[in-house]
Amino acid sequence: MSTRLLSGNEAIARGAWEAGVAVGVGYPGTPSTETLESLAKLGVEHGMGSGDGVDGPYCEWAPNEKVALEVGIGASMGGVRCLVTMKHVGVNVAADPLMSVCNAGVNGGLVVLAADDPSCYSSQNEQDSRNYAAFARVPMLEPSDSEEARRFTAVAFELSERFDTPVMLRETVRIAHTKTPVETGAARAVVEPRPYETDPDKYVMMPAVARVRRLETDRREELLRSFAETTDLNRVEMRDPSIGVICSGACYQHVREALPQASTLKLGVSWPLPAERVRAFARSVGACYVVEEACDYFEQHVLAMGVELATPPCGSLPRNGEMTPARIRASFGVEQPAHPAAAQDLPPRPPALCPGCPHRLVYAELHRLKAIVTGDIGCYTLGAIAPLNSVHSVIDMGASLSMAHGMELAGVPGRNGRPVVGVIGDSTFAHSGIESLLGTIYNGGTGTLCILDNRTTAMTGCQGNPVNGITLTEQANGVRPLDEHPGPELDLVELCRAMGVQDVRLVDSQDLKAVRRALREATKADDRLSVIVFKSPCRLVDRSRKPVPTIADCRACGACIQIGCPCLGTDEQGRAVIDPTSCIGCGQCVQECPFGCIAAPEPRQDQTDGRQA
Amino acid sequence: MSEDEKTTTILLVGVGGQGTILAGDLLAKTAASCGHECKISEIHGMAQRGGSVSTVVRFGSHVSSMICDEGCADAIVAFEAIEALRAQQYLAPRGAMIVNDEIVTPLMVNIGKATMPSDIHGRLAELGATLVPAGSIARKAGSPKSTNVVLIGALSTKLPFDVDAWRDVIARRVPPKTVDANLAAFDLGRQAALAL
Repeated sequence: MSTRLLSGNEAIARGAWEAGVAVGVGYPGTPSTETLESLAKLGVEHGMGSGDGVDGPYCEWAPNEKVALEVGIGASMGGVRCLVTMKHVGVNVAADPLMSVCNAGVNGGLVVLAADDPSCYSSQNEQDSRNYAAFARVPMLEPSDSEEARRFTAVAFELSERFDTPVMLRETVRIAHTKTPVETGAARAVVEPRPYETDPDKYVMMPAVARVRRLETDRREELLRSFAETTDLNRVEMRDPSIGVICSGACYQHVREALPQASTLKLGVSWPLPAERVRAFARSVGACYVVEEACDYFEQHVLAMGVELATPPCGSLPRNGEMTPARIRASFGVEQPAHPAAAQDLPPRPPALCPGCPHRLVYAELHRLKAIVTGDIGCYTLGAIAPLNSVHSVIDMGASLSMAHGMELAGVPGRNGRPVVGVIGDSTFAHSGIESLLGTIYNGGTGTLCILDNRTTAMTGCQGNPVNGITLTEQANGVRPLDEHPGPELDLVELCRAMGVQDVRLVDSQDLKAVRRALREATKADDRLSVIVFKSPCRLVDRSRKPVPTIADCRACGACIQIGCPCLGTDEQGRAVIDPTSCIGCGQCVQECPFGCIAAPEPRQDQTDGRQA
Repeated sequence: MSEDEKTTTILLVGVGGQGTILAGDLLAKTAASCGHECKISEIHGMAQRGGSVSTVVRFGSHVSSMICDEGCADAIVAFEAIEALRAQQYLAPRGAMIVNDEIVTPLMVNIGKATMPSDIHGRLAELGATLVPAGSIARKAGSPKSTNVVLIGALSTKLPFDVDAWRDVIARRVPPKTVDANLAAFDLGRQAALAL
């Protein structure tokens, strides 16, 4: 056996590959993204077949998580093993099929990865996916390091087929993005596709069938509860019997760190919980505690078993945010190491739009227009941060367009004298913005919708998507956004026209004059719906550089500084200076300088559609 | 716990894009090649876009948590001076601090929403930090992008791994065309830390 340091995501991909998974499908979302990318790479490295379960695996990005799970259900019904991946909020999108396929069950094993984000490192909330497993009554496995991630994934496929149910796999960001040793010597299992047989009594969830299948779910729950009582996925580790801690996942590691003498009930199965084992463990220790993060899932379920839980001697653990060994030490009165106090006077360094980011000029103009901007999920969320301050709501994917319509219904543009503008990215528009736009069109809404098409799903690492047409297989073969590829690209302008928008414009988002003109005209017209497709590639994809501009006779007005380029600073007299190492010569500051003091060493070549071969 | 069972914790901090992830990877692979269990944790996502970033590497005979709490870093490697101060509370008693002497002015200072702290170098000296001119050393080594490897060279003087173990990992991990420059960067970083 050889050992390698793999992230939890890479290990899940490894486990799925070893388990003979034939199909992988998902939507990118931190911290889940690398799972499907790793599985696709394994498929490419080891020879990929037609998705028939003998070769493989074949992987693809879906436009959103609901579609991903439905593809997965189809593949499972068709008889092959399928892994579906998403971040925690993606489960909300996929909840519709999840809440019914839990009753229909599976044919080939169906495993759904939910990657949670306690502390919201890269998310809009810290919801706990364990609640979805309990809600849908599907078993959930929860690894606490990468080796467990590999092994539990293989077990999840076996359980799925054995109990005729989808199985959820939950990881948190610290499992997903921590590399720990993994055994990588195992071969890929040869899993022949199961035969497909038409079975409407299992798969057609009309009322007469759904009522019967629900009883199957009840019966299955009893079997799963028995399984949870005996499986070694749940494990008691008796040490000091005076203190016992129930925990799972990363929290198990933090408990071992902070309270090395404590006995633990480590739960590898988060649903269903083994009530008898929990009660027996609680009886066997002097005081029984629960350590979990961002949610009181275990606590509520354990209390419902009639088990008495103790409060840590120095106060309850925080309910919000990520658990840490320090938080556990504090609650349990364990001495903390001495350390320097945190500095309080440091300038914050939040993430920012990159040098040359094609979103910057659009936001700078929206700021000048004093527009009320309903935003969306992606890099362009960073437009909310100073100095742009140009995004005023972010709720969920696709909400920008529909919320702008709601603001119109509330009479906001008229009452405030400010235009309302929805801003969404290309991948997010394909994810769930199209329906939002359809709602506005259908109901005769007006206003301005901006689609920021930077040719990639940038925030999660520049994936392919239906707009740029790059598939995950192409991505695994090294094709990057902007590369030549045979697949279709979604023409956003034609799509919007076909949906019924009369005023659709295509604008180069690096051309300030064109950006200004388009936004002014669109926001002035209050009698119609305008869609502006701002198109120019993400600078993480288009890495081309031009010479650094020169500054002469700067009047220290600060206009260029207020576009928030990380390469622009000021000297002691307030005059603009450019950091030549990070500047890529994008020309945004050249266009923004009201006095023409910043000059590009060579004339800027206008781009028609932002694409460079 | 006896000394040989102790887990060693290294915190690498910097500004998104400075190469903390590769540096952490070199450290983790070296520790693993020397027979240690190792965990390396990083937070991606929003943090990538020029914001503060951190990577935690922990190694020993057994490693539980992947988090570095306040007062727990046996060494902090800071790729930027303000980020070193931002991480100072993580330093363990008698912990080492290796700091690139470069200062990257935060955007918030450029736009006038925040001010630079005063006496950055004096405060780092009070923390016992070793200031390494990693940028100029990297240029001397022939690769301006190898600042992270210079800092790893400086860190190597604080850790019990053979120089050959580090060099083997670097040679295998960096792009083939840059192996010589990176090995030079490692050696020069090591010499700089030993000379200080």
